[in-house]
Amino acid sequence: MKDYIKFAFDNLRHRKIRSWLTMIGIFIGIASVVALIGLGEGLRETINSQFGFLGTDILSVTASGGFGPPGTGVVDPLSDKELDAIKKIAGVEGAAGRIMESGKLVFNRKVGFGFAISLPDGEDRKVMEHLMNMEAQKGRLLEDSDSGAVFLGASFYESDELFGKPILPGNKIELNDEELKVIGILEKKGNFQLDGTVFMNEDDLRNLVGRPDDEYDIIAVQVGKNADIAKIQASIEKKLRKIRDVDEGEEDFSVETPASVLESVNSVLLGIQIFVYIIAGISLLVGGIGIMNTMYTAVVERTKEVGIMKSIGAKNSTIFILFFIESGFLGTVGGMIGATLGYIIATGLAFVGKLVLGSDLISASISPTLIIGSLLFSFILGSFFGTLPAIRAAKLNPVDALRYSK
Amino acid sequence: MTAPTIIKIVDVWKTYKMGDVEVHALRGMNFEVKDGEFVAIMGPSGSGKSTAVNMIGALDIPTKGKIYLDRKDISKLSESSLAQIRGRRIGFIFQQFNLIPTLTAKENIMLPMVFQGTPAKKRIARAEKLLKMVDLGDRMDHRPTEMSGGQQQRVAIARSLANDPEVVLADEPTGNLDSKTGNMVMDFLKKLHKEEGKTIIMVTHDANLSKQAQRIDYLRDGIIIKSKKQR
Repeated sequence: MKDYIKFAFDNLRHRKIRSWLTMIGIFIGIASVVALIGLGEGLRETINSQFGFLGTDILSVTASGGFGPPGTGVVDPLSDKELDAIKKIAGVEGAAGRIMESGKLVFNRKVGFGFAISLPDGEDRKVMEHLMNMEAQKGRLLEDSDSGAVFLGASFYESDELFGKPILPGNKIELNDEELKVIGILEKKGNFQLDGTVFMNEDDLRNLVGRPDDEYDIIAVQVGKNADIAKIQASIEKKLRKIRDVDEGEEDFSVETPASVLESVNSVLLGIQIFVYIIAGISLLVGGIGIMNTMYTAVVERTKEVGIMKSIGAKNSTIFILFFIESGFLGTVGGMIGATLGYIIATGLAFVGKLVLGSDLISASISPTLIIGSLLFSFILGSFFGTLPAIRAAKLNPVDALRYSK
Repeated sequence: MTAPTIIKIVDVWKTYKMGDVEVHALRGMNFEVKDGEFVAIMGPSGSGKSTAVNMIGALDIPTKGKIYLDRKDISKLSESSLAQIRGRRIGFIFQQFNLIPTLTAKENIMLPMVFQGTPAKKRIARAEKLLKMVDLGDRMDHRPTEMSGGQQQRVAIARSLANDPEVVLADEPTGNLDSKTGNMVMDFLKKLHKEEGKTIIMVTHDANLSKQAQRIDYLRDGIIIKSKKQR
C-alpha cells in the first residue's frame, strides 16, 4: 500500500498545476466551512457567556419587547406601577428597576464611551448585587449614602487601552461633563458588557441624564428557589397586560428568562450556520466535481500507462486503488490547506474584530472535532468523486489501452 | 528427452466486430512452444501478429479455441487471473518500450514486483542486479525521457525479467531502434535464452532478425502456414 500511495503522490506531483487548480475548489469550500463555523461557534460561546452571569432563577422585564438598545423607541416605559405589581406576585422573591444610559466618558483627557447602569437603593440594592454576584476587587461597592460616585467594571482598571492608563478608586472621571468619583472596581466577569459598565446610584444617574423618577428600562425579577419560573413568567405577563391595558399577543413589553433569550439567539445563529453549511456545501460539491473532471482527464491521459501496468501484472483492483488514492489525496491535501486557511481567516478576523470593537464579541472557536471532521470529509469527498473515474480506469481492456496513443 | 510444452495454442479464432462486419484476426491458429525454446513468429502487417501476441501473452482471450499454459487452459480465465499469469509467468518487451514515464529506470523495474507484493528490500536488490545485467548500472535513477531508445529497451528487457518469468514475449523489440542498437538488444535476448534458459517468443516482420531464433513460424491471414527449424 505504501508503494501505491507513493506512486499516486508522484503522479499528482507530475501534474502540479492541475493538481493545485483542482484542490482550490476543495480548499475554498473547507476554508469557508472552518472559518465560518469557527466564528459562528465563537459568537455563540461569547453570547452564551454574556448571559452566563444571570442565573436561571431570574426574569427580566423590558418595555421594548426585546433586548433593544436601552431607552430607544420605547413608547411606554416601565414604571413603579409595574414594579410594585411584580413584587406582589407569589413566588417572586424580589424585583428591582434599573435605568441604562450611554454617554461621553472622559478620563486622563481622553474621551471614550460610557455605558451606565443604575443601582437601586435599600433592599433592592441587595437583590441587584446578589443577582449580578457583585464583588469589589478594588475599593468598595456603592452604598445608599454615596453621591457623585461611580463603581466601574473591570476593564477600566485592567486595560489601559481605553484611556491611556488604568482608572483607580479615588480617581475622578467625567460622565456627560459631570465630575464623578470612582469608589471601586468590580471583579472581572469575563463579560464584555458588564466589565465595561459604569454603575451609579439611581438618583445620581436620573439627575445626570434627566430621566423621570418612576421610569425604568428594565426590571430584574428574582424568583424563589423552588418556584416554577414559567408559571411566574405567565403571571407577570398577565398582570402587566392588565396594568398596561393590552391584549394577549399585542404586548408592548416582554418577560424573558435568560434561557429564552439564549434560545432565540441560538436559533438565529443556527439559521446562519445552516446557511453557511449550504453555501460551503455547494462550493464543496463544485470542488468534488472538479476532482472528478481531473481524474477522468487523468484516466484518459494515462490509458496507455494503465495498459502497460496491466500487461506487467496489475489487477483491475490495483488500478482502481491507484486512481482512488490519487483522488483521495487531492481531497485530503485540499482539505488540509483549506482547514489551515480557514483557521487563519477566523483567528485573523477575530483579531481585527478585537482591535476595532475592543471586545471579544467576534472570536474564533475552532475545535479539533471541526478540523478532524473537515479533513475526513474532504478525504471522503475526494474518494467519492474519484470512484467513477477509478472504476473506468480499472475496467480498461489491456489490449485497447496498450494500443491507445495520445 | 524433449522439453515439455510450455505454451500451446489450439485452433484459436479471434473475431472483432467492426460495425456489421466481422473481422477474423486469427482463423484457427495452432502454435506450440517448448520450455527453453527461442521461437520467432514472422508475418507481414495484417497477418494477425499483434492478435497472436495478445493471445500468447494472456492479454486477451480467444473468441474460440484453447490456450494452454503448462497444460492449464487459460482461454476462459477472468481478467484478474490473467493479470496474475502475466505478472508472474510472462515478461513483455514491446516495440514502443512502454516504460512508465514518471518513474525512474529502477522504479520501472520494481513495478511488476510491487504488483506481486515482493518486499521492498528484495525488489531494490533485484532491480539493481537486472539493471547491471543490461549494462545500465549507471542509469538507475534516470527517467525514460533521459535515456536513448536502446537504453530504454534494455530497461524494458530488465523489467520483463523482474518476476523471473518462464516466458519472455518480445513484440518487434528492435522495431524502433537503429540497426546497431537493435543488434545489441538482440544480443541480450540471445543471452537470456542461452544463459538464463528463458523461453523466448519474438514476433517480427524482419527476416534477418528471425534468423537468430531456433525456429521460425510464418503467420499469414490468421494461421501459421509454415514452421522452419534452424541450426
